[in-house]
Amino acid sequence: MSSRRSRSRQSGSSRITDDQIYDLVSKLQQLLPEVRNSHSDKVSAAKVLQETCNYIRSLHREVDDLSERLSELLATTDSAQAAIIRSLLRQ
Amino acid sequence: MNPSSLKSRFATRFLRALTQIHARKPICSSSPTEIFRRYRRIKAAADKSMAYSVRSRKTWTGAVLWKLRSRSCGRRSAKTSTFIKSQQAIMKRTRHEKQNKNTTTTTTTGEHGVGFGVEASELRELVPGGEAMDYCNLLDETAHYIKCLTTQVKVMKKIADFYSL
Repeated sequence: MSSRRSRSRQSGSSRITDDQIYDLVSKLQQLLPEVRNSHSDKVSAAKVLQETCNYIRSLHREVDDLSERLSELLATTDSAQAAIIRSLLRQ
Repeated sequence: MNPSSLKSRFATRFLRALTQIHARKPICSSSPTEIFRRYRRIKAAADKSMAYSVRSRKTWTGAVLWKLRSRSCGRRSAKTSTFIKSQQAIMKRTRHEKQNKNTTTTTTTGEHGVGFGVEASELRELVPGGEAMDYCNLLDETAHYIKCLTTQVKVMKKIADFYSL
């Protein structure tokens, strides 16, 4: 089996330890909504990455939907109301 | 609301941009084309506001702003074409490395050794500027990117709810 060290090293960067990667992956795991509640303490890194990709895609979709919704709402609301709302949200 | 939090910095910037977008066409224009154009502007304003609201130095914010600028400019200046060339050179190098690695490795599950395979390249496409990052930075920037995206979604949702009252 090829050594794990050569796998985890990228050119131009200092030696990346497996522990570092594990820490980063578990940090990501904490941010994901579903995997956080997973029963097993150690989820495979590949699964975490997969869930991360899905989560980012769903967030992008949400941003798109909200932008569209705001665009339609802006067409109907008037500017005075907008100024009031802005000052309300600032507090 | 904490005035110096990322959330409030983003909310202020984004609201200001929204007011500007709304002020551009005061006459009610609700044709589908107008709505679509405004949607593009709002989305760009949201991404821009978030990128500017980030205080710490991150690669993805620069990539977002660069993409927005190059899209609005339309033409390629000498600076951007060298940027693209450098990105492509980095991509070629990392792809070449990945090919060499993938012949000897398989995506492992449950082990410390992480596959630099399909999932990582998918992630690189999703995170702005991800193509040029090494693996550690990619994971770090992804975590920060997700945090900012969730803040963005929360604030936009609040604003949309207020407007629809």
